[in-house]
Amino acid sequence: MVDLATSDEIPHPRNGRGRALIYHVVLCLASIAMLYPLLWMLASSFKPDSDIFGDASLWPRHFSLDAYWRGWSGLQVTFGRFFLNSLVVSLCSVVGNVMSCSLAAYAFARLKFRGQKFWFALMLGTLMLPYHVTLIPQYILFLNLDWVDTFLPLSVPALATAAVFTFIWTWDDFFGPLIYLNDMNSYTVQLGLRSFVDSTGKSDWSGLFAMSTLTLLPLFVLFLLFQRLLIDGIATTGMKG
Amino acid sequence: MADTLIDAATPVAAARAPESSWRDCAAGYLFLAPWLIGFFGLTLGPALVSLYLSFTDYDLLSNPRWVGAANYVRIATSDPKFSAAMHVTFLYVALAVPLKLTFALLVAMILNRGLRGLPLYRAIFYLPSLIGASVAISVLWRQLFAGDGLLNQALKLVGIHGPSWISNPDTALYTLVALSVWQFGSPMIIFLAGLRQIPKDVYEAAEIDGASRSQQFWRITLPLLTPVVFFNVVVQTIDAFKAFTPAFIISGGTGGPIDATLFYTLYLYQEAFAYFRMGYASALAWVLVVIIAAFTALSFLSSRYWVHYDG
Repeated sequence: MVDLATSDEIPHPRNGRGRALIYHVVLCLASIAMLYPLLWMLASSFKPDSDIFGDASLWPRHFSLDAYWRGWSGLQVTFGRFFLNSLVVSLCSVVGNVMSCSLAAYAFARLKFRGQKFWFALMLGTLMLPYHVTLIPQYILFLNLDWVDTFLPLSVPALATAAVFTFIWTWDDFFGPLIYLNDMNSYTVQLGLRSFVDSTGKSDWSGLFAMSTLTLLPLFVLFLLFQRLLIDGIATTGMKG
Repeated sequence: MADTLIDAATPVAAARAPESSWRDCAAGYLFLAPWLIGFFGLTLGPALVSLYLSFTDYDLLSNPRWVGAANYVRIATSDPKFSAAMHVTFLYVALAVPLKLTFALLVAMILNRGLRGLPLYRAIFYLPSLIGASVAISVLWRQLFAGDGLLNQALKLVGIHGPSWISNPDTALYTLVALSVWQFGSPMIIFLAGLRQIPKDVYEAAEIDGASRSQQFWRITLPLLTPVVFFNVVVQTIDAFKAFTPAFIISGGTGGPIDATLFYTLYLYQEAFAYFRMGYASALAWVLVVIIAAFTALSFLSSRYWVHYDG
């Protein structure tokens, strides 16, 4: 859509200092308001349960790692297993996607063949199709193939363009695992977290927050590593973040 | 889920030299094979099967039984849950999309003022969009808006005794709207990119002519930005129609209290995977397709009256 969309040069340097200061104050307040819940969750994961409610502070009075140990093995299957499962699914999706996408991209961009325009239009068209319409027959298909409770249905390549986004989307995907995974041994982190809410979530808030923080950690790391790539990707292609 | 919309002007398939040889043709289809297999096996095939199933009764155990248009008739005439889901979903879309885009545009315009620290602000505002789909965020949201949650603790400081936002049917949906608005980062980045494209001299000329700031916004910024607005509206609306995870986590899968968070997709999920009414759920899925297609078509048809492409 746009070239060099996110270059950081200053476009309209026509504000006085006072005005700039006001903008900075507004933006800082907005940043704090937006990040406060996240930071509070992080802080709460280090607090004992009794300190979570009625304590909006971002610094634990009693610092402890208990919630992480408790949360990690709070279900009959440990979160280690869920992380491993999520990692497998996400990496398989990335590999499948990158392969099928790069092959298709090469075919469309560098080769010429009959029907090319037709298939390209069709490919763009399917991007708009909500996936619920294929959901049930796909489920029946994978059920008959005995693929339910395996990771195969989850890493079938979708048409994402970037490996990082594929990884993040697959990592975050809740709907697919919810439908395809019933055995706790094959749960991804998203499902593990949901089970945690159902079983102990109401009694063990700090454990829940500890595990929530851990499931977000890989996304933060990817964000820090690939921030530029992600933001430019959105600005130039309009990809959903 | 590839909610990617490639710019319609992408010239990839356009402008070809004539005559493609047999070898090129074979190579083309060979490279396209993985996608073609996926397209026929996982998209086109299942879509057709789903269309067939929508005219049947099917519980996964016995064979599908043809019932004609009965599923659609029931959807249209005698399904109070469907009406509830439509009400909730349309209200959600109508509130979340405009609010989110207004925030996105507002912040983008401030960021476009040439302030220092732009990359930092942009990163902070974008972060919620990136992680917002996680179950962890829905879990956090549930706690924020609980009776003894963070929001009510903050309100207590100013002497207000807040309700339990999540378990109150009058307010539950608004917590989900707030969650959506919180993730304004990705449309903001697109707006920011669009604002950068508006030539500076247009503003300089306007200033010389004595145009006020609000005139500059309504007469220059907004008209020149309409293609970006249009894009964001379409993408965000389709996305909002498909929202699922937050409603599922916050309501514990029920869509409650009293169907206040029964998103369309959540209702579809319940019909399919809680009650195993696969035929009915397929019909619901096709109704969703028609709704989204109708909305998209309307947007495109109306766009010629308000979207300015000539800059």
